Amino acid sequence: MTPLFQPWLIPILPLLGALINGLFGKRFSKAAVAVVALTATALSFVVACVQAAILLQSGHPALEQYYGTWIQAGDFSVNFGIYLDHLSMIMMLVVTGVGFLIHIYSVAYMEHEGGYYRFFSYLNFFMFFMLVLVLANNYLLMFVGWEGVGLASYLLIGFFFLKDSAANAGKKAFITNRVGDFGFLIALFLLIQHFGTLHYGALLVVRDSALLQMPVETSAGVLTAIGLLMLVGACGKSAQIPLYVWLPDAMEGPTPVSALIHAATMVTAGVYMVCRSNAIFSRAPIALLAVAIIGTLTSFFAATIGITQTDIKRVLAYSTVSQLGYMFMAAGVAAYSASVFHLMTHAFFKALLFLGAGSVIHGVGGEQDMRKMGGLRKYMPWTFWTMLIATLAIAGIPPFAGFFSKDEILWQAFSSPHGSKIFWAVGLVTAFMTSFYMFRLIFLTFTGEYRGAKPDAHGHDDHHGTPHESPWLMLAPLVLLGVLSVVGGWVGIGNRFEHFLDPVIQKVSVEQSAAQNGEAAATPVSEGEGTESKSTENLLMAISVLVALGGLGLAWFLYVKRPELPEQIAAGAGGLYRLVLNKYWIDELYAAVLIGPLIAFSRVVLWQTVDQKVVDGTVNEAAVAARDVSAVIRQQQSGLIRSYAGWVAAGAAAVVAYMVWMGTR
Amino acid sequence: MNLSTLNPWILTLTTFLPALGALLIAFLPRRDRDIRWFALAISVITLLISLHLPVHYREVAPTNSGTFAYEQNLQWITSPNIHYHIGIDGISLWLVVLTTFLVPFCVLASWKSIHDRVKEFFILLLLLETAMIGVFIALDLFLFYFFWEATLIPMALIIGIFGHQRRVYAAVKFFLYTMIASVFMLAAIIWLYAQSNTFDFVELQHLIATGAIHMPGHTTLWLFLGFFVAFAVKVPLFPLHTWLPDAHVEAPTAGSVLLAGVLLKMGTYGLLRFNIGLFPVEAHKNAPWIMTLAIIGIVYGALVALVQPNMKKLVAYSSVSHLGFVVLGLYSFTRAGMDGAVFQMLNHGISTGALFLLLGVVYDRRHTYEIKEYGGLATPMPMYATLFLLITLSSIGLPLMNGFVGEFLILSGAFQAKAVYGIVAASGVIWSAFYMLWLYQRTFYGKITNPVNATLPDVDLRERSILWPLAVLALVMGVFPTLWMNSIDASVAGILGTQHGVPAAPALQVKVNTVLK
Repeated sequence: MTPLFQPWLIPILPLLGALINGLFGKRFSKAAVAVVALTATALSFVVACVQAAILLQSGHPALEQYYGTWIQAGDFSVNFGIYLDHLSMIMMLVVTGVGFLIHIYSVAYMEHEGGYYRFFSYLNFFMFFMLVLVLANNYLLMFVGWEGVGLASYLLIGFFFLKDSAANAGKKAFITNRVGDFGFLIALFLLIQHFGTLHYGALLVVRDSALLQMPVETSAGVLTAIGLLMLVGACGKSAQIPLYVWLPDAMEGPTPVSALIHAATMVTAGVYMVCRSNAIFSRAPIALLAVAIIGTLTSFFAATIGITQTDIKRVLAYSTVSQLGYMFMAAGVAAYSASVFHLMTHAFFKALLFLGAGSVIHGVGGEQDMRKMGGLRKYMPWTFWTMLIATLAIAGIPPFAGFFSKDEILWQAFSSPHGSKIFWAVGLVTAFMTSFYMFRLIFLTFTGEYRGAKPDAHGHDDHHGTPHESPWLMLAPLVLLGVLSVVGGWVGIGNRFEHFLDPVIQKVSVEQSAAQNGEAAATPVSEGEGTESKSTENLLMAISVLVALGGLGLAWFLYVKRPELPEQIAAGAGGLYRLVLNKYWIDELYAAVLIGPLIAFSRVVLWQTVDQKVVDGTVNEAAVAARDVSAVIRQQQSGLIRSYAGWVAAGAAAVVAYMVWMGTR
Repeated sequence: MNLSTLNPWILTLTTFLPALGALLIAFLPRRDRDIRWFALAISVITLLISLHLPVHYREVAPTNSGTFAYEQNLQWITSPNIHYHIGIDGISLWLVVLTTFLVPFCVLASWKSIHDRVKEFFILLLLLETAMIGVFIALDLFLFYFFWEATLIPMALIIGIFGHQRRVYAAVKFFLYTMIASVFMLAAIIWLYAQSNTFDFVELQHLIATGAIHMPGHTTLWLFLGFFVAFAVKVPLFPLHTWLPDAHVEAPTAGSVLLAGVLLKMGTYGLLRFNIGLFPVEAHKNAPWIMTLAIIGIVYGALVALVQPNMKKLVAYSSVSHLGFVVLGLYSFTRAGMDGAVFQMLNHGISTGALFLLLGVVYDRRHTYEIKEYGGLATPMPMYATLFLLITLSSIGLPLMNGFVGEFLILSGAFQAKAVYGIVAASGVIWSAFYMLWLYQRTFYGKITNPVNATLPDVDLRERSILWPLAVLALVMGVFPTLWMNSIDASVAGILGTQHGVPAAPALQVKVNTVLK
């Protein structure tokens, strides 16, 4: 192996950056803090590129490196190690690449905020854990990254901890994720129990792995259980139904954090986990179906909420939940490549959208309500054009990146052996809504007249000033991401991307599926190769493009042509509109059904009744009774401690006397 | 000088040096400053001496189960047949070091907060140290019982004299509760002696295993329960836990640290060494309901912790939850579960010990533990907030912190024993995050709600030198647990070897830099 193969540097460099800034950053100038953080991230990206080249040159499907034992208990052991294959390669390049751009952006964006060193320390800290997550060579180390990014997310959401809403959102994110982690942990216990190891190599790769030998489970079995439990974990981290509630609130964090953690990287960890575990899911069709259903439902559900939101970041948040749903839908029809493809393009255009939104918020003095924006195109042309590119990409209009990946997902949902016309149809409706709410965002923000506070209108309330374009340090990442949002999808032309991931996908052999599958055994259960013809594919492609344009058109009609209509429609829809506007009251439902009763039960029943009255009451009554009895026997003495110490001494003496007697017997 | 010549006497030296120090303090003039420095010196020297134990453990480590390292066996009293028999294995090794490690921090934590009867306080503290170490090294049941009871008096006095408002109530409750429970153990010990004419643990273990002691009917069960009750109260296992919150809330900081850090471990150590060690079959038979109680403790302790308005009570109830994990792991009778349980004893000593030290910092400033008195402390006390966060992460078992390794192994072992145990207990990861982060938020985040807090000074040099080492150790234990686990694992294997061990499926090892396929 070439001495240049040092993948451990990729996570360690950001860790060093985090430590330096965390321990000494307080004494550094802002420039020095930025230099440390950016150098660490940039070097990490460079090293990642080198390692990727080494992997591609090597001709091996995967490279692995160990750094010693972490946990050992009897025969069970877990190592520190890195596993680099095509899947983790893409993830690490996206994380370090997009991460670096967002670091640059943050240098300017966070300029005027307190706690500059703290921010960059956390951000590097996040990079460390995210890279551990994607580069780990076993599930337990993945779990280290998994919980670690949760911690970084907690710290960064709560970055403005003086605000109660920010502190609440951070806590909510962490605890909701812990619910998911609970499922993940039990999946790990099942893996240990049945296969004795958590290492990818031994579980998912080596030919004689017990897991790979298992037949496809037509009814629920151990792999189904593992798959479903992993899905619970994935739902937490990737904000899927029913655990998505933390992500919209996470927008309390600084906007670069929303872009990096809550759009481009961390929230895709669940998708990564499912794709990494494709060998398990492909053998557990029930779990796979659950992934597809959850993803489809989430993508649709979140999109409906996105239509009604007026906070620019919240629209993007629900959009992220919805797009993650697409990725789950793809993974759920065993189209893992399509899922990862969309993960990548989404990282580009969604990071761009968030950074653009940050630029807008920056430019209008902190306002996030789109109803108080409008007409910003002429003030912030760079932001407008780059965001427009990203919007075209997410809406699925060719030749922008999102078109290729989303179209691939819809096609796979339609044609995969695990797919269904229903998934495709719902996905198509969601695509329409996506296009609609994204162009609604663009029109509300950038076209028409500026509706925000004008400096001249009221002389005293003018801390906003005129909207202004952001500095170049913020615009450069926008432009680069804009380029990626265009060309990023072209790698998918001609199914090149799909085959790129082939070495990672553990195909289920015909015999395995035949073992229990009767007639379905004739077609191997594998990714992608549907039976529909090329002409069907082209027809579906045309439909999805038309749908995207339809969404654009409707948004134009409602928000440019007839801007008075949306309010009338909202008023007309009445209860339904309020239901959606208030996010189906899900947060309130959870609070009323889960959190509130849990706390009341703990306080009133467990603590005040069981603990204080029943358990401790019994103890105290017994003590009182004993004291009453002893009061009869002996005289009351003052000084409780002394009297009891006396009793102990007397008791001990009696014991010794007894034993002496026993001994001499 | 060849250090290995120390080996036969090293345990005795470690154990009795603090008591000797206490004796010397008794003759020192009442100059508080000198007494503090002297106590600190004694405790630090004891720590340094005790480090000889792990450093040279490999050379003297017992090769077969049932034998001990650094062993010393002298006749103490001929009639009855009581021996000064001491020794440690890979489990008690770390509990001894945990004790000697925590005491210097307790001395430092009491530096300013104890200002009346300083002399008495440090005498009691050092006597307590000797007794605690004695519990972990004794291999003669009488000697063990002697040390066991000897911990009670100094601790009860520390709570009762140096504690807060309701200190006498708490001290008496603590004393009586554990004292009465110990009587059952004493009865069991005496019964065994009457049958065998020996108090020696190793001999008794052998005699019981070979059936040489006649045990008619349910005798084994009664003996098992006799020990069990004493240890379960100490742990404390639900529903025998209600002395703990009272004792913690009233105890001075040093008392709480040693109570949570070491005294509770005496209970879990006893459950392992004596209940499982002497009565393995009975322990196996009774494991289901013991594990059930442990799991109730995990969930119940966490939920009750959640709604506490008092920080110290919150941490006390969290101990009920954490110690539930330990008992669960021990009675899973799996390698992973028991390894994790022993490791978790150490973790809990570090992280909960540190939590009590942290609470002591704000108590010294504000003289209250009520959560609602605080809020927004991250602004005036950023360093304190950072340290509190690190320890919180250790306590909620974040990976790469010590708590995770212990909890993961325990849960994995419990799951192997019976899936439902692992599943219910694993919900603890949700509850612990909930109550600790909520505490953290209410204490540190938001704006200052009480103007008194706005000018609180951040941790000073003394406080930092207490807290940073613990935080760093929590991290080191999480990243390099094998430093501790190797000796623990070997001893657990020895204990399990005499049982119906549950073999884990073989793990596949791949060499460094392997290219797959």
